[in-house]
Amino acid sequence: MTGTTDTRTTAAALALGDDALVLSHRLGEWAGSAPVLEEEVALANIALDLLGQARVLLSLAGDEDELAYLREERSFRNSQLVEQPNGDFAHTIARQLYFSTYQRLLYGQLASGDGPFAGLAAKAVKEVAYHQDHAEHWTLRLGDGTPESHRRMQRAVDALWRYTGELFQPVDGLDLDLSALDTAWLDSVTDTLGRATLTVPSGPRTGAWSAGAGRQGLHTESFGRMLAEMQHLHRSHPGATW
Amino acid sequence: MTTDGWPLWEVFVRSRRGLSHTHAGSLHAPDAEMALRNARDLYTRRSEGVSLWVVPSTEITASSPDEKDPFFEPAADKPYRHPTFYEIPEGVKHL
Amino acid sequence: MTAVTAGTAGTTGVPGVSDTAAAAEQAAYEAVFDAAVAADERIEPRDWMPEAYRASLVRQIAQHAHSEIIGMQPEANWITRAPSLRRKAILMAKVQDEAGHGLYLYSAAETLGTSRDELLDKLHTGRQKYSSIFNYPTLTWADVGAIGWLVDGAAITNQVPLCRCSYGPYARAMVRVCKEESFHQRQGYEALLALSHGTEAQHAMAQDAVDRWWWPSLMMFGPPDDESTHTAQAMAWKIKRHTNDELRQRFVDIAVPQAEALGLTLPDPDIRWNEERGHYDFGAIDWTEFWDVLKGNGPCNDQRLSKRRQAHEDGAWVREAAAAYAEKHTGKHGEAQA
Repeated sequence: MTGTTDTRTTAAALALGDDALVLSHRLGEWAGSAPVLEEEVALANIALDLLGQARVLLSLAGDEDELAYLREERSFRNSQLVEQPNGDFAHTIARQLYFSTYQRLLYGQLASGDGPFAGLAAKAVKEVAYHQDHAEHWTLRLGDGTPESHRRMQRAVDALWRYTGELFQPVDGLDLDLSALDTAWLDSVTDTLGRATLTVPSGPRTGAWSAGAGRQGLHTESFGRMLAEMQHLHRSHPGATW
Repeated sequence: MTTDGWPLWEVFVRSRRGLSHTHAGSLHAPDAEMALRNARDLYTRRSEGVSLWVVPSTEITASSPDEKDPFFEPAADKPYRHPTFYEIPEGVKHL
Repeated sequence: MTAVTAGTAGTTGVPGVSDTAAAAEQAAYEAVFDAAVAADERIEPRDWMPEAYRASLVRQIAQHAHSEIIGMQPEANWITRAPSLRRKAILMAKVQDEAGHGLYLYSAAETLGTSRDELLDKLHTGRQKYSSIFNYPTLTWADVGAIGWLVDGAAITNQVPLCRCSYGPYARAMVRVCKEESFHQRQGYEALLALSHGTEAQHAMAQDAVDRWWWPSLMMFGPPDDESTHTAQAMAWKIKRHTNDELRQRFVDIAVPQAEALGLTLPDPDIRWNEERGHYDFGAIDWTEFWDVLKGNGPCNDQRLSKRRQAHEDGAWVREAAAAYAEKHTGKHGEAQA
């Protein structure tokens, strides 16, 4: 518990806001390439919800565009999970399942408290409930669909498993019951994977590199590229308004 | 089932409380649960509705145009069902 | 129709009579159809309609739907690079709307007895077209603004009359589409305005985009009336309400003052107000370019279609999985029993 109330709020707003911003960006990369037209609309809805959350959160910490476009990679506080590349649709759904389950529980806790994020969380938790519902329905269909979809979905939940432990590391500025969050998350994900005929991954939930790393500004290789693309136009015209 | 064998669903939206569900259009979905979700995303993304129905298009039985006459004419010859059938003296209000 | 007539003829044993009866029946149907169109009534899916009317509608609605989904690409090209979070949200919502419009239109086409799979297959194999405008590249951020202002503006000019199209499902889809399109045009105009009034570099970017998109936008209205093969019949059926040249003129008349308000010039030295006609005159369109792009030689024809095919192929296993899941878990009433 370091820092004044303001710096604590800022730090937490950055962590939550960067998660939403980065995941929204990744989902936006799907535009025009979704497996079916209906899913174009669904993925864009989720991306727009997240971008809306990101804008509110970043604005609590400063100027939304300065924060999004002018920070260096090491200053971003998002978890490594959300920056992972889209991969195939199964990877995107696995990332959505892991993250939306976490985010729903997190916002649920925040909404029931009286901290600076209670209002935002109360609104966002409804959006996130829908994201989780979307992810769960697709997890069931891919896990229990065809042999190919089962294989792809299992590979995806396995591959992203090692980024899930980081979600339950302390976030500067947030007073959370992390072990309760983690238990509820594990129960929920285990249940969904089971119903989807998938095996709960057995590997570690954090790697040597990932424990708490994103929250401390340590990211994975693809993130730098993502930022380069996201920021280049804004940075090419210093001081311009759009 | 073919690759793209997602059936067609008809979507009905209740735009606000007090109104009945109205046909909004159709969409493809593998099953009813997904159809509802797709309908929410597609037909209510500007808050156009408070409630949705989805019905498999194949489950709708329609009167064919050939049946049109016998089907709808009995109603057409009952003008007394319509308020304009009745002449009300001028000056009588709230009727 | 032929089969039924033959059968009837066989049972009555008086072929001449039943042929005449069938022809009379056909004529009666046509008379009802013609009268409905003449009275500005809507034709609905289960009504009798001439086969040529049906085919013409399928062709037009499919092309329109394909344009919406191919049209996502040039703009989606900038989602990941949008220069502010506000612009990014607007652009994502816009590209999402285009997917939505594609869906409305495919459903309208499906009421005519075709299927989305069939239409997509025709798109993917080049047997049905989409608007040539989307075969031009989006090279800078300003192109997103220019597309909103000019391309969506031209589309709206084309589409507003379609809300009164004689075919009910198409007209209703267009009402929805047009409502949403007006947001598209306004956001494009606003984005260009910000650039035009921004730094020198931003202004130059906006001008360059307008220079590149102006002429292709005028071509969106299709070939001149005397070369348009579909116009006369489509107007008789009230699928179309105005000729290509009428709509093009309407668009120019709207766009010229809008360009002035933007502080940008249109790349046509011949644009001037013609008091006598009550319209703006404008220069000759390079129809060679139009036909060239239409035939597949535009800067992005291959790229757009390849990307669309790729997305469809990459998604096949997902669609198969959902269908397989539904088959395993669905009761006879269609509820998934997860």
